[in-house]
Amino acid sequence: MKFDWRNNRDFFAGLVYIGTGAVGMIMALDYPFGSALRMGPGYFPTVLGGIMVAFGLAVLLQGVKNNEKIKGNWSIRALIILPLSATIFGYVMEHVGFIPALALLIPAAAASGNEFKWGEVALLTIGLIVLSLAIFIWGLGLPYPLIKGLWGY
Amino acid sequence: MELFNNLIFGFSVALTWQNLWFCFIGVFLGTLIGVLPGIGPLATIAMLLPITFNVPPVAALIMLAGIYYGAQYGGSTTAILVNLPGETSAVVTCMDGYQMARQGRAGPALAIAAIGSFVAGTFCTLLIALFGPPLAEVALKFGAPEYFSLMLMGLVAAAVLAGDNITKSLAMVVVGLLFGIVGTDVNSGMARYSFGIPELTDGIGFIVIAVGVFAMGEIIANLGDPEERKVFTDKVPALMPSKKDLKDSFWPIIRGTSIGAFLGVLPGTGPSIASFSSYMLEKKMADDPSRFGKGAIEGVAGPESANNADAQCKFIPTLTLGIPASATMALMLGALTIQGIAPGPQVMTQKPDLFWGLIASMWIGNAMLVILNLPLVGLWVMLLKVPYRLLFPAIMCFSCIGIYSVNNSPFEVYMASIFALIGLVWMKLDMPPAPMLLGFVLGPLMEENLRRALLISRGDPTVFFTRPISLGFMIATVLIIIVMVLPAVKARRASITDSVQT
Repeated sequence: MKFDWRNNRDFFAGLVYIGTGAVGMIMALDYPFGSALRMGPGYFPTVLGGIMVAFGLAVLLQGVKNNEKIKGNWSIRALIILPLSATIFGYVMEHVGFIPALALLIPAAAASGNEFKWGEVALLTIGLIVLSLAIFIWGLGLPYPLIKGLWGY
Repeated sequence: MELFNNLIFGFSVALTWQNLWFCFIGVFLGTLIGVLPGIGPLATIAMLLPITFNVPPVAALIMLAGIYYGAQYGGSTTAILVNLPGETSAVVTCMDGYQMARQGRAGPALAIAAIGSFVAGTFCTLLIALFGPPLAEVALKFGAPEYFSLMLMGLVAAAVLAGDNITKSLAMVVVGLLFGIVGTDVNSGMARYSFGIPELTDGIGFIVIAVGVFAMGEIIANLGDPEERKVFTDKVPALMPSKKDLKDSFWPIIRGTSIGAFLGVLPGTGPSIASFSSYMLEKKMADDPSRFGKGAIEGVAGPESANNADAQCKFIPTLTLGIPASATMALMLGALTIQGIAPGPQVMTQKPDLFWGLIASMWIGNAMLVILNLPLVGLWVMLLKVPYRLLFPAIMCFSCIGIYSVNNSPFEVYMASIFALIGLVWMKLDMPPAPMLLGFVLGPLMEENLRRALLISRGDPTVFFTRPISLGFMIATVLIIIVMVLPAVKARRASITDSVQT
């Protein structure tokens, strides 16, 4: 079988390992290395980074040999919208409050799926907000403003 | 008898109303997520960790443990009734359990699964009570070199036994160790890998990684590859097993329990390996192996006992040595740390109520599961109809609130979004995230013990090989690697992972 780097699972896995290890080692250059007797803060990370790069090379070579392909599909939609929905939640939670944050998070998260029905999502959002209020605010007593300046704190 | 006094003390802790209630919530939630495919105990425990902050330590651990072993039960219920393993450990149960259901013997299959799990749970509770204290006693004598070697052995074993590609699993452990370094170095006060972000000088939160990768990352991966779920809901005939069923299942349950208990103590061997080994053994021992796969009750009794025994015995190294034997156990230790309790052998002497209360609660929880599962089977099957498109926004909702509540700051939520993407890349490239979590938990401890060991020995690395206990761990580590790299074992392992996955 001819080596083909495109879509080659282990080839890319190896690159990820090498990258992680290399960044780790380069950044650790700024930390005093010390000696085995008195280890500086740079000792352990540098050693780990080195091991990481070695593992990465081994995995990369496996990829060259076995040519395994990356399986399954990527949902570009989910990949962008889902992390975004969590980020929106964090921001709104801090600046506006608990209820608006959830009111944005749940439909946004639902929108990253393959099916989106307005009525169903509206019901789900209301249901989950009520449930969360019951568990986290009234049950566990977490001290969050429900809507800043209007409701609670 | 000290053992009995300890157990009685444990029951006095576990039988308070509060702890019974949390035990019930735990096993109930556990069964629920066990039934639902697409969400496992790991993600659930990660999601609920922050909530346990507001609960006393004993109650928190009792609940989390309940989720863990409850999920094993729930997974087998759906395996038998609709041929759909709720958890990976129930894959084996599908083979004969579903066949029994098709022959109208779903009742006996469910009952035997419950009885087997209960027997296994009882046996392992006793095992922990018996061997926990002496093990902790030994561990208290460990110095820094012994701890370092032990952790090394644990990590290597976990990585080597867990994934199907040893190099990649080991590399993931190192990734976890590197992530564990992020934050302020205890010895020098220097901020490492903080990228100039003040929040990162406290290190990456354990919950951030766990929820980011195992809850959010998993959702993105699932949405890319939607699985088709066919749900058939037949009426569940409530049939108790006949005398013959019980007689046929007796030895498989005993054998399954033993296999599970043995494999359970080893780090890295998941419940699926235990149940598969038990299935193979029963098939070999049977007078007529051709019955297997066609509704043999032994094929349900053995594996179901084995996976429950494995799950419970994972608590032995976790509670006595403070070394997690699986990623889920790492989360349990995380829960302890959140409560301000340093995991390790001293937990047993300093917090006896926690140790013995938890053990007693596991037995109570197992009893609750039998009651919860058999009459409520219809309810669980109904839950299978909940489509994933309603499930994952709910998971996101609880995940986000959980992460936010760690520090009441949005920073952790942003970090989790990043880890969701990192986790997605890992999963797509077949880089197993579970060993990473173990490395992440043990990273700071390992560095600390490495430094101390070399300080004691004046920089001489042979210290790990001259102290007998440490040498023993080192030899075991090397043996594990050698055995697993041997071609014969490799081929066998490949066939096991293949059949478990299909």
